[in-house]
Amino acid sequence: MSILEYPFMVRALLGALFTGLAAPAVGTYLVQRRLALMGDGIGHIAVTGVALGLLTGTSPTATAVVVAALGAILIEVIREQGRANGDVALALLFYGGIAGGVLLIGLGHQSASTLNAYLFGSIMSISPTDVWVVIGLAAVVVLVAVGLSPQLFAVAQDQEFAKVAGLNVRLYNLLVAVMAAVTVTVAMRTVGLLLVSALMVVPVATSQQLTRGFRSTLFAAMAIGTLAALSGVTVSAYVDVAPGATIVLIALGGFALAWPLGVWVRHRQRMRAPFAPIVVGPEGAEHTVVPEDHEHQHGESCGHLAVPHGDHVDYVHDGHRHAPHGSHYDEH
Amino acid sequence: MPMNSSPVVAEIHDGCVSLGGRPVLRGIDLTVRQGEVVALLGENGSGKSTLVRSLMGLVPVSQGQVSLFGSPLSRFRDWRRIGFVPQRVTATSGVPTSVWELVSSGRLSRRPLLSPLRKEDRTVIRDAIAAVGLTERTHDGCSTLSGGQQQRALIARALAGEPELLVLDEPTAGVDLRSQQAFADTLSGLVQRGATIILVAHELGPMADLIDRSVLMRDGRIVYDGPPPGTAQDRGERGWADHGHHHPDLQAPHSDHTPTVTSPLDGPSTREQRP
Repeated sequence: MSILEYPFMVRALLGALFTGLAAPAVGTYLVQRRLALMGDGIGHIAVTGVALGLLTGTSPTATAVVVAALGAILIEVIREQGRANGDVALALLFYGGIAGGVLLIGLGHQSASTLNAYLFGSIMSISPTDVWVVIGLAAVVVLVAVGLSPQLFAVAQDQEFAKVAGLNVRLYNLLVAVMAAVTVTVAMRTVGLLLVSALMVVPVATSQQLTRGFRSTLFAAMAIGTLAALSGVTVSAYVDVAPGATIVLIALGGFALAWPLGVWVRHRQRMRAPFAPIVVGPEGAEHTVVPEDHEHQHGESCGHLAVPHGDHVDYVHDGHRHAPHGSHYDEH
Repeated sequence: MPMNSSPVVAEIHDGCVSLGGRPVLRGIDLTVRQGEVVALLGENGSGKSTLVRSLMGLVPVSQGQVSLFGSPLSRFRDWRRIGFVPQRVTATSGVPTSVWELVSSGRLSRRPLLSPLRKEDRTVIRDAIAAVGLTERTHDGCSTLSGGQQQRALIARALAGEPELLVLDEPTAGVDLRSQQAFADTLSGLVQRGATIILVAHELGPMADLIDRSVLMRDGRIVYDGPPPGTAQDRGERGWADHGHHHPDLQAPHSDHTPTVTSPLDGPSTREQRP
């Protein structure tokens, strides 16, 4: 029997699909600014929002969006104003957020297990309304992240340059902060507030092992995030494991596979990068012939690393560079 | 050299800048006209970077007026006319970025929102990359470039906006002599097309021939503004060959604006004795 015959499974897969697309899209800009942990911080603040919703009997998703967005804007303002103590101020906000949430939950006489659904995700019990909210918010985030990518890229890459290019840097910074807050709330149902940041950052870290450009990193991260989210939910449908943790572990597994591959590819690129062209000296000067005999001819399949060097190829040989020169090899 | 009647491109009048309460620029008057190639020279901490940053609106002036292309900075919106090369150690960020992507971000001021790159945009970006000699590295990640190549990529980014005024903050710091020469050739091409250039530099190197005005800064003030006293030949022509007296004030130890940070046990005298 297919899991798609259960409506709750369809809802879970839809939620996972959109979360998996949106979280890495915003995460790419956070990683680009070297703010990989910002998602985590917003997640902490959103706990207060959830508790506020539970306490007042309104939708925890709605209150979480509002509180997380306000927190994200506050983080951005602190970051912009304060230079030296920015990270300390952020820490104060993070822990204030989680402590406030736990306190409010207690005031509302709710048990800690109510909060657990938000801390660790509960995608299997997501309601039809919540799925539509998740789809709508995630779609907006993805459209903005992809549509405004030239502007968001330029601002995250170099704020001063962006400002002189006439971009409203503060507006774009706040936009990214609010998008991050919305994404945190969207992913709250899928992977939970404590693991949100993983879904934002791990796919980006995975994709940048193998990419050279920003757009390719962005789209590969979105693909990896979607794949991890969908497969995590599917696995937890057959095996009795928590979907949120499964999604994050699958994403981490992808990173564990991509990392050595990336190290190898980069190593290979470095080794094969052409040597700097020879500065032409006086005719016939600087001509060092390799002393030892060669049992074989260096060539395409001789097993020695062949590296372009100006108009010829050098063969790397026990730390030496041998260049064919007529009947012998020169030391380069 | 441009006539005094050429339109004013950038102007600061009686400009003062304070950073963290300390005056860094005091009473700066500078007018740059179209077609000029101005070098801002001076020691570290003399305020030359702060001066260009205040011209670009990155640092607010506490007193005085800044205007670009004839309109006050607060009302200036035509940022596409300006290309800026900030002082940077690297061109990298947390995510891989190809040279093409970095340089295209310099085209943003000429692109409408939400529109893809047009054909002419691509041509200009390609030309900007070629102008700094990075064509073969176009699709490589910036992090795989050497320091000098990254600096050239940042210059290409400014060129991609086809600016009328190019402002460069120490563009050749850490760039080898051969790249400096290539860079000077790029600049001279722009100068011939009528661009205005403001250049912050420690040493001019191969760019010296391009400069037609030097502004020397010391301690947050302009101490010299005029033709570059560069080559011995120039000095001869302008009758400075007999410039025989000393400037003892120029040889005095430089007083920095930022107080020197030392530990309480590390007095100034012990510091000076260190090698």
